[in-house]
Amino acid sequence: MLLSGCDLSQLNNPYPKEQNNQSILYQSFEERPKHLDPAVAYSENEYAFIAQIYEPPVQYHYLKRPYQLIPLTAQQMPEIHYLNKQGELLTANTDAKDIAFTDYLITLKPGIRYQPHPALAKAENGDYAYHHLTSEQITSANNLSDFKLTGSRELVAEDYVYEIKRMAHPKIQSPIAEMMKNYIIGFGEFAEKVKQQPITAIKDVPMSGVTALSPYQYRIRINGKYPQFMYWLAMTFFAPMPWEADVFYGQPGLADKNITLDWYPLGTGAYWLAENNPNRRMILQKNPNFHMETYPSEGEAGDTDKGLLKDAGKPLPFIDKVVFILEKETIPYWSKFLQGFYDASGIASDNFDQAVQFTGSSGVQLTESMREKDIRLQTSVETSCFYMGFNMLDATIGGTSEQARKLRQAISIAVDYEEFISIFMNERGLVAQGVLPPGIYGYQEGSSGINTYVYDWKNNRAERKNISAAKQLMKEAGYENGIDPKTHEALILYFDSTSTSVDDRPRMSWYRKQFEKLGIKLVIRATDYNRFQEKMRGGNAQIFAWGWNADYPDPENFFFLLYGGNSKAKFGGENASNYQNSEFDRLFEIMRNMDNTEQRFQIIQQMQEQVRHDAPWIFGLHPKKFSLFHNWYKNIKPHVIANNTLKYLRIDAVSRAQQRCDWNSPVLWPVLLGSLLILMLICFMVIAIRKQTRKSLQ
Amino acid sequence: MISYIIRRLLYAIPILIGVNILTFVLFFIINSPDDMARMQLGQKHVTQQAIDNWKHQHGYDVPLLWNEQSQGQEKLTNTIFYQKSVGLFLFRFGTSDSGRNIGADIKERAWPSLWVAFPTLAIGLVTDICVALMVVLFRGSTLELGGMVLCVILMSVSSLFYIIGGQFVIAKVLRLVPISGFDGGTAAIKFIILPVLIGVFSGLGSGVRWYRTLFLEEVGKDYVRTARSKGLTETQTLFRHVLPNAMIPILTGVVVVLPTLFMGSLIMESFFSIPGLGSYTIDAINSQDFAIVRAMVFLGSVLYVIGLLLTDISYTLVDPRVRLS
Repeated sequence: MLLSGCDLSQLNNPYPKEQNNQSILYQSFEERPKHLDPAVAYSENEYAFIAQIYEPPVQYHYLKRPYQLIPLTAQQMPEIHYLNKQGELLTANTDAKDIAFTDYLITLKPGIRYQPHPALAKAENGDYAYHHLTSEQITSANNLSDFKLTGSRELVAEDYVYEIKRMAHPKIQSPIAEMMKNYIIGFGEFAEKVKQQPITAIKDVPMSGVTALSPYQYRIRINGKYPQFMYWLAMTFFAPMPWEADVFYGQPGLADKNITLDWYPLGTGAYWLAENNPNRRMILQKNPNFHMETYPSEGEAGDTDKGLLKDAGKPLPFIDKVVFILEKETIPYWSKFLQGFYDASGIASDNFDQAVQFTGSSGVQLTESMREKDIRLQTSVETSCFYMGFNMLDATIGGTSEQARKLRQAISIAVDYEEFISIFMNERGLVAQGVLPPGIYGYQEGSSGINTYVYDWKNNRAERKNISAAKQLMKEAGYENGIDPKTHEALILYFDSTSTSVDDRPRMSWYRKQFEKLGIKLVIRATDYNRFQEKMRGGNAQIFAWGWNADYPDPENFFFLLYGGNSKAKFGGENASNYQNSEFDRLFEIMRNMDNTEQRFQIIQQMQEQVRHDAPWIFGLHPKKFSLFHNWYKNIKPHVIANNTLKYLRIDAVSRAQQRCDWNSPVLWPVLLGSLLILMLICFMVIAIRKQTRKSLQ
Repeated sequence: MISYIIRRLLYAIPILIGVNILTFVLFFIINSPDDMARMQLGQKHVTQQAIDNWKHQHGYDVPLLWNEQSQGQEKLTNTIFYQKSVGLFLFRFGTSDSGRNIGADIKERAWPSLWVAFPTLAIGLVTDICVALMVVLFRGSTLELGGMVLCVILMSVSSLFYIIGGQFVIAKVLRLVPISGFDGGTAAIKFIILPVLIGVFSGLGSGVRWYRTLFLEEVGKDYVRTARSKGLTETQTLFRHVLPNAMIPILTGVVVVLPTLFMGSLIMESFFSIPGLGSYTIDAINSQDFAIVRAMVFLGSVLYVIGLLLTDISYTLVDPRVRLS
């Protein structure tokens, strides 16, 4: 009787009551991460965790746009030195072809310490406490927390060197190891040398291109000039790893209990992984040893007005604990967000109309029910592209002939991606005008940035060309009204896809209709993932849908998808459409080694023009991310490249507790009514049974 | 009886080998070791060297069933099938292709599954039997007819509807329990109330109809007439005589599922975020993790065999006439 409303609201609170006023961020994850080892993890859902734990030498500025790299554990941005074959220093403006090696010299901030961890714990005699575990210790341990002693030590340059060596070791199976062999000097030789040795042995084996010059300085030497290497240095592949971690986790018996480095990270970042149950929840706790880092004091124009600089200069992180909960279904996830038990949410298609509505000027706004709860919406265009590719090796649709090019251009006009975005994506996409998405150097907005082979600039916006233009191109290509002159029947094209489920049928049907506009009969060849990949590798697909998510914000990371040397069928690369154009390839080779200058910008435009003309892709779309946040969630600015952004975020826990309390008072009268009904039913049954019993006796 | 149990356990060995071979063949018809490597390595920058390295590190670089290159018995033992399957018979499940110890994962995930499945089964069983007995008590009346119509309606509705509807009404509108989640110890009670309630309710229609059929078969028998003629009331007859005699078919249905309760429920666990084993196999199939698939299929077969054996043993407990030999 004395329970207050807030006590009653605990009934549906999935979290303990004592957490109500704590600075805890509640997030969900849909798919459990496969790896948390920084040398192996390469997926977005893995970065969500490890980017908060591991610190590479550089990071992206949280607020500034375009994306800008700044030092993280490095004292300043890495020094870059170019060398010739003799190892002599060259000037910064030396031509790329004369550069044999590039040195990245990285100097670390002193005083950075690792999170408390059993691998670093020392006994009273100064030896590591847990580097020689007894069988009893291993038997009694089920979690990392069962090792009570923890220790820490200072981050040194050798730890960064050690991690690069780990990447090279074949047992680690780093996804970028094969690629890094082409860049880092001595990487391949090192891998060959240590392939029969245990991982713990690599500490004392040198890698010629990676050297610790002092406790706070190390050097990475790479082949030639590769400016994009700086972006790789911002990824967790290049985060430090203390050798003690491998010695500790490598002890026999721990892997049988899933106590491995792949599941219990050891880093210097703002958070450490306090609980790891990837089937239920994962908890990040504030790292008590986190070095001094402050919230940025400058951003782009408008950030001050948005309140994004209120915390300028304050030490990071703001949130004490982040709880990630596995939530596989959208219905309970969405309901819990509305009840205030998740601080942020994406918008599933099922809930889209409930959350967002479009205004007349194609703008978006939240619905009344969202506004009532003071929920905020943020949208951002992702640095990804989803395109429909033509296999350039195909006899009908591929090749460099005018006939094939016009056929591809005609299809590019006919496949109406504006409609696709409207029907299948709730308008959450931006039609692509070329290879590059917004936010990437070289992207152009407005009339100068449109694909003139598919669009016209009318009424101050890009308008898709009329279908008659596509039909004219079909005629010029020799397929008037879609009739194949060889068969005198409708031209048949094949779309290879992994979309085999019933849910995919509307999409497939839509594709067919787009091609029907030109009289082309599109045959869907749906197959399982493995067979589809096989077709793509063999260059046997004709038309396919594909996508790419940027590793880093540089045009090279998109244009390389069309570089001839990366042909999937010929070289097993990422050029899925097997496009090869000597002029494009020449421009790419120049562009990829350039800094972001006006000259580079112009080359990028030439490359865009070349691929628009040749049309190896229908450029498709760049997805737009819609995210919802409660009003107590502060300092949010979408950043589609960086993943270590949790440290900048803040929660007003008091406000959250109050609003949760207001929103979650239980409705008790139906329970009372139900209880009354059940009681009446029982009484009725008792009476009926008695009557029946009496009747049987008679 | 002991010799019977030993014989039954020995019979299980060829069954389990058969299941293993079948799983192996079905899995590798669809997926090659190269496909598995590609799935594990992701889609970016995957080279043939990386694939070969992955296969070597995970023991998939040997032939599937017969190794022509090897000598003597190694022709059989130096194969994927032998190396990945023998450990299973010693309940050594090994490591998943993504690097986690499967045995440890199963141990960790079986308990939450059991937390939901056991109360659902126990409460459901008691409720179904009581309601079925009640329906039998009123047989021939409009109450029975109404009850059966209700049962058919309950059976006709998809369990997904009960889950979504239950979450909407009880957790979202009335706000009486959390919509989803799980916690350890007694804190778990708050989270399992709704799934158990929905589990019991969704199984009520079919359960009641099934047990009603069993009881109706019994009430027509001679011993029931004798019991009535002794002057027992209908309720006494039903609970003291009909129920014990209907136990054999009830046990057949119940005991056989007892061991498999650990395996959890895919939909229920998915909607209520119960960290159980329900989705373990499906997730593994989707990620082409053969190590988990074979372990779970093997475990499922073992549990099913144990379930059948327990059923046989339980017959002797409820019916003294049954002897196992």
